[in-house]
Order: sequence, then structure tokens, then C-alpha cells
Amino acid sequence: MSKVKHRINFTLNYEEAEHYIEPNVTLLTMLREDFDLTGAKEGCGAGECGACTILFNNKAVNACLVLAVEADRAEIITIEGLSNGQELDELQESFIDNAALQCGYCTPGMIISAKALLNRNSSPTENEIKEAISGNLCRCTGYKKIVEAISSVAKKHRGNSVEGAEKGGEEE
Amino acid sequence: MKYVGKSLKRVDGIKKATGTLKYVDDMKFSRTLHVAVKGSAHAHAKIISIDVEKAKNLKGVKAVITGRDFSGNSCCKRVGLYLEDKTFLAVEKTIYKGEAVAAVAAETKKIAEEAVKLIEVKYEELPKVTSARKGMKKNAPLIHPNLANYKYAPIFFPKPNTNISNHFKLRKGDVEKGFEESDLIIENEFYVPPIQHAPIENHSAIAKMDSDGSLTVWASCQSPYAVRRALSVAFDIPLNKLRVISPAIGGGFGSKAGTTLEGIIIPLAMRTNGRPVKLTYTREDEFVNSFIRQALFAKMKTGVRKDGKILAMKNEFIWDGGAFTEYGVNIVKAGGYASTGPYEVENVWTDSICVYTNHPVAGPYRGFGMSEIQFGIEQNLDMIADELGIDKIEIRRLNALKAGSHTSMGEKLDMCGLVECLDIVVGEMDFSKREKSSKPNKVRGKGVACVFKAPSMPTNVASSAIVKLNEDGTAHLLVTAQDMGQGSDTILVQIAAEVLSIHPDKITIKTGDTDHTPYEWQTVASRTTYCAGNSVKSACEDAKEQLLELAQIKMGIYKRDLELEDGHIASKIYPDRKMPISDLALGLTLEDGSGIHGPIIGRGVFIPPNIRNADKKTGLGDKPVVFWTFGSQGVEIEVDIETGQIKVLEVVSCFDVGKVINPQLIEGQVEGGIVQGIGSALFEELIIKDGEVKNDSFVDYKIPTADDMPKMTIKFVENPEETGPFGARAIAEVCMVAAAPAIANALHDAIGVRVKTMPLTAERVLKAIREKKSN
Repeated sequence: MSKVKHRINFTLNYEEAEHYIEPNVTLLTMLREDFDLTGAKEGCGAGECGACTILFNNKAVNACLVLAVEADRAEIITIEGLSNGQELDELQESFIDNAALQCGYCTPGMIISAKALLNRNSSPTENEIKEAISGNLCRCTGYKKIVEAISSVAKKHRGNSVEGAEKGGEEE
Repeated sequence: MKYVGKSLKRVDGIKKATGTLKYVDDMKFSRTLHVAVKGSAHAHAKIISIDVEKAKNLKGVKAVITGRDFSGNSCCKRVGLYLEDKTFLAVEKTIYKGEAVAAVAAETKKIAEEAVKLIEVKYEELPKVTSARKGMKKNAPLIHPNLANYKYAPIFFPKPNTNISNHFKLRKGDVEKGFEESDLIIENEFYVPPIQHAPIENHSAIAKMDSDGSLTVWASCQSPYAVRRALSVAFDIPLNKLRVISPAIGGGFGSKAGTTLEGIIIPLAMRTNGRPVKLTYTREDEFVNSFIRQALFAKMKTGVRKDGKILAMKNEFIWDGGAFTEYGVNIVKAGGYASTGPYEVENVWTDSICVYTNHPVAGPYRGFGMSEIQFGIEQNLDMIADELGIDKIEIRRLNALKAGSHTSMGEKLDMCGLVECLDIVVGEMDFSKREKSSKPNKVRGKGVACVFKAPSMPTNVASSAIVKLNEDGTAHLLVTAQDMGQGSDTILVQIAAEVLSIHPDKITIKTGDTDHTPYEWQTVASRTTYCAGNSVKSACEDAKEQLLELAQIKMGIYKRDLELEDGHIASKIYPDRKMPISDLALGLTLEDGSGIHGPIIGRGVFIPPNIRNADKKTGLGDKPVVFWTFGSQGVEIEVDIETGQIKVLEVVSCFDVGKVINPQLIEGQVEGGIVQGIGSALFEELIIKDGEVKNDSFVDYKIPTADDMPKMTIKFVENPEETGPFGARAIAEVCMVAAAPAIANALHDAIGVRVKTMPLTAERVLKAIREKKSN
């Protein structure tokens, strides 16, 4: 068993990080054990449940399937990076407002998958939302309120962009 | 009302949405040791020897235990909730494949896993029981030869020298006479396979034993007090030295109701000189070593009159209890006494039989027998209606329990909202009209099911609550009812806020610590809003009484003319005469400076009133359960006749819950129950072949994803439960029950085939289509 540790430099929740890690440790284990970022959960260890979803260079990935060494020079955002003290991300607010969480175990991964979706598509359709969270299992909610929570943020974005476009039009 | 009946935001929402809530697996203690478990290689085998020397000598290993450490030692008595048949490690023989035979605590998980590989176990295989129907026969190999010596609650009926751990009998009226008077007798068989709860959080526990002999266990468990008691018996630790903390639960559905891995880590923690010992199950462990749902083989014979009135029912339910049935015996009882479904039947004969098999331990699962039996009952009813040419809604209306009806157990119902619920469902979904699919290979159909459930709990289970008023007018509420996602923290705060008349934001709820939060029997049976809710209400009424008592002295107004109002004690007659409750939180200070009473601490206790044991021979009783929750669901499906694939398009549900405490949360509960029900109806099945679980992962065992979610319309009826807090009854389990039978009925409506085995997989449906064609 190789005990050699590799140095990795990466951005973790908007801060520079340097870490030494064995080559066979998963990103999920490193985040949970070494950085105590326990928002990402291990539900299956096989990339099937999505409870460990994090943002890796702005894409939603299962941290249980990525080796920590692969994070070298990457930008990592976990659920803990979405809020700032008591200031919550709009998705987090929306999940609470819509009762889109119950036991809470899938919630961090679910919100991160939604975040990745909105980052690439600010006004997704309901089917696009379902597709984006199809890798995140939830056993409690039946998904309806989760889809509604994400839709309501998307709707707000659409409203803003329409408003923005109209304003822009006026200025012209 | 100000707070009850309102969609208040979840009190645990922020911590969960930000990922900052610490579940057991997220907790860290210094010097923690990690555990790996050696699972047995056989489903039924004598353990000849276990060689742990190599494991013990591996560097970093701190403790190794085997069942041998327990045999003949008072330190491992058999334990169990209703029947004390369980050991946490295999003692002398193993009775299901994967059962813990040894466990290691080591510096790291890797070392522990390495050590487990070095443990050598020699077995002598024994003949297996892999079918409940075969296992109940006289000549079957015995799994628990000492059953005669096991302790059990006297409401169960184990049969020594067999594999039957409970034979529940329901004997009402004269069933043979009922059949004689019937115009039609129909006989059917149904099979429901084992499934698994699959909470997203796998079981996890940490144990630490201090030098004064006190032991602390952190476990993701639904019932800290029940766990404390079982562990206390198993390991001879007095209750005052044993503390169980359940900091958060990532989904339970019954799987975290009893004890599981706690019993493996405690004996290790007793050998590690104060170092904490931690074990978190993998998903594979979760499927095999926590609990699964009992499989059911049901045989039903029903006699009906021409007009559809059911005159007699004779049922045989054979349940696969798995290796231990300490909890399962009660599911079998519940399934037995509810065996008519929510219908009035005068003559009933039911045998409900729990059978040990060499399968993983079957235990409590959301629905507690109701999902299993009602899969058959509701299809059976549709088949009768078809045979007689009667409308499927009408046959339900005719037979439905109503106010004044007698249940299967003979109890007279003062009130019953079932027909009301059914009417609402029918109003939302037109069952007489068949919608056409736009695709030629797809056919649509509709189905309905009526369901009911009572909390399946002993007659005398207790709850308690403490409310402490703070000097700024805020409060702490202490209970041991556990929020595992169902929202009880929020519901109980709403109830407290209503009685104390303070905003829910001013109440902090603390749960799950047997050293600090007061007694709660268990968070199971859909009993929390009702039982814990009543104790919270009573604790807050006690605090209110104390406040009014002091206020009448201070304000010079009779107590009867005072009321709590928005953080104040106010005169009912002159509302402007009021004082803040904060002024009295620590007692009343009189004008001369002297004080009286002291802090306001409300205490509430509750036991469901007047529930009595049913008759042992007949299963009948005048008040055997606290209440029933009734409801109905309609579904519309689309079947692909080329592939057999079913898609659930729409579900309409209505339940009589007594009182909705939080509309948004109860809606979420029902939506979750429906989708979980759809999973079990369409594709969930734990495949066990020759004693081995074949699909112990999410790769091979699929649970519903967002794509499986139908359109859902959720309705409620509110006929108040007289003894419930603000009239509330229950919802958590019953909302899962109807999905499977309603879908099966919709399948028949769509294409005229009956599938009597769950789940209704594409393969099974296609096979049924082909069989129908060839006939």
C-alpha cells in the first residue's frame, strides 16, 4: 500500500487550499475527513445516490467517484460554500420555503445538482430539472416539492432576465 | 388558531439546507476507533471455530469480539421488543447469510477491514429454510430450537419446536355460515416480496464507555428509549449509566426503529479503554443487516351477496419473518387484525403466521403490514365487483366502514370518514371515463383503493414532554420524539406555540438524548403527532396554568378571566390589562421583594386512553387500538403493451387525518408516501436466492427517481379525533399503502390483466399480457 502523499493545490469554497493526500483517497473522504466538510454524504459509495454531489469546476459530480488527487488545480464548491454565515443561497431558501426537504440527507447533493443546472441554464423546464436531479435519490419527498423549489428559483431568474431585457429596450 | 393549521417553515430547514446538521456519521471524536464486521458465509450453519489470533496480532487492532465472547455469558442475553429472540452477533450458529460472526475495532477502517479478512471461521452447514410456507411445516429444520425458552409479551403466540414465532388468530362471527349464505365465493392468492427501506442515510453508531462504567451511544435511531432498554438488557448496564443520543436521522421508515449495529459496537467499546468506537453501514450492509420488509403470501377466500355485500372472509397470511422476529411478530398481529381492510365484515376467520427463515431480519417498514395485506384485499374486491358486474366504487361504498360500523376486531366506530374520502377522490378523478393515449402501443387505465391503518403499538405506551420558559419569554421544548424527516420537530413546536401563544420562532425544540430529554416509547406507528403532540400540549397547558396562577396574584384578576395572548397574560374582559410572560418566567417577585414559585417548567405526560388488550382466543376487543386513519387513492396509469412498462400518470389521494397541523408538511408526507408506494408497486424487490441477497446495491435495487413522480393531488378530510391534539390523528404510513393495489387495479382496468405478485415489473406485466392472449 503506497503511503506516498501527493501535494494538491485547489480552490475550496472560494479559498485557496494546499493539501497532501494519498493517491487512493476519494475526494469525498478528503472533504469529510480532512476538511470536516460533512455536508456531502456517502449514501452508496458507488455514484448511484448522489448524496455526495459537489461542484467540480462548476459541474455537479459524485465526490465518491473522484480521487482527491484529481482535485489538483480544480475549483471545488461544496454545500457549505453556498451559504455565507446566515446568508443563504437562493436555492437553499427556496428548498426551505417549498418544504423541499425532509430528512435532509439528500438535500446538500440535491441543491448542488440544482445549482449546477442553474449555472448552465438559468431557466430550465420541468423536464430539464427532473433530468438534472435524476442522479440524486430522495426517499422522503416524492420529488414534487424539490422540483417546485428549483422551478421557483428558475422562474425568478426568468422574471429578472425579462425585466432586464425590457429595461435594456427602454434605454435604447 | 394562530399556528396550528398553518404552513410554518420547517424548524430544521436551515441546518438541513446548508448541510450543517451533523448526522452520526458526520460526528468526530478524538481517538475514535473504527469497526469492521465479519459477516457469516452461510445462511444456516453451525460455527465450529473462529480463529481471531491473526486479526488480534495485526498492528493497529485494538479489540476483537465474536459470538463466543457471549455464549454462556450473562453479557449477551437475547433481546427484542416483543419477543426476545435476538443476539447481536451469531452465537454458536449463524442463521442468515451476512450475520455478524465477529467484529474488530482498529485505528483505521482499513486496518479493521484487513483484520476481518484474517479471521478464519469454520462452519458446518445446516439445512436452510428459504421459504416461509415450507418453513412452517413440522419437518422443517429448526432455526430457533430454544424458542420455548424465549421471553415474549403475552399478546403473541410462538409455537415451540416449530419455526412459527407468532400465530395470530382472528375469529369473528361464523365464517362457514357466512359462506353458506353467499351468492359468490371467490378465492385468491397474492404474494408481496421483501423490500428494503433504503433511507439515504445508512445506519451509523458510535459508542464510548467511560471509566466509571457509563456508556454513551450516538445512533441514528428513531427510538432512543427503546434502544436504551434493549441495550441495557443485552449488556447488563443499568439505565442510569446508559445514555442514547440520536442527533439526527437521515430517513428511517421503520428501519431505524429497533436496535441493529449498536449491539456490535458496544461490546467493542467495553474493551477499548474509553476510546470511542464507530461503525457506519455501507449501502450493502444496509440492505442485508438492518431490516427488510417481511414478505407475505396471502390466501383469501371471500363470500359475497349478489349486491356485493361481503358476508364472510377467510384469510391465511404467511409472513417471512427472517432470522429474528423480535419486532416482526407485531407486524403479523397488525396484518391479522386488519385483515378485512377498511370494510365491515360480520364473519371473519384469519390466521396470520410469522415464520422464521434463514433470510435477513424482517422488521418494521412504513405501513407495518398494511401495504402487504391491502395489495391483496383491494384487488380481491375489484375482482368480486367484476364477477358480479358491480361498479368498483359502489362496492366500496357498500362495504366501507362507517360511523356505527364494527371493525374486523369488533370495535364500534363512532366516526369514520372513509366514504367522504372516497367521494372526494371520485370527484377529482372520473373513473367512468377511460382516457386515450396518444400513442398506439400505450393504454391508459384507472384504479382505486381504500385503505386504513391504526398505530400498532402496545396498549399502554407512554410519551412525555417538558417545556421550560426563559426569562425573555422564549421557551425550550424537550421531547424524545424524533424528526426523521416527517417534520415532527415543526409540528410539535406549532402545537406548543398555539398553547403558549408565542411565536414558533421563540421555541427551540431539543430531542433525542435519554439523559436530558424525557421519555418517549418510540417514534413509530404514525403516533408522534398524536402521542407526543398530546404530551407537548399537556406540558404547555401545565406551564400556562402556572403562569395564570402567578398572574392572578400579580394582576388581581381571577385566573379564569385570564388568557395567554401573544407572549402576554391578558384579561379576557379588559384586553389592555396585560403583562408579559417573561416577567413570570423565573417566578413572581412581590412588592416587598420576596419571590414565589420559581421558574415556569411545564410537564406533560400521555398514554393513549382506554385501549385494552383484545381477547387472546378470538382477537376481538371493544377498544383494541387508539384510532384508525382512513383514506382512499385513485391512480391513472399508462401501460406500454409492447414492453409491459407501467407509468403512473396521476394520483389523487384523500385521508381523514382529523386535523391538519401543517398543510405544507402533510402534503409532503403524502407525496413521499405515494412515490415510495409506487417504487414498491412497480420495481422494488429484494431478491433472495438460496438464502443470499442478490441485489444489495442501488445499482441492482432501484428506488424511484424524479422521473417516476406522477401528478399528485392531495386532499384531506378533517373529522376531529376526539382525543387527539387539536383533533389530529395520523398520516405517515397509511399514505404509502394504497399505491400498489390502486396501480394493480388500474392495470386491470387498462388491459384486463391481473398481476397478483408484487412488484408489477415490465416482465410480469408482459407475461400476463401474453398469457391472456394465448387464452
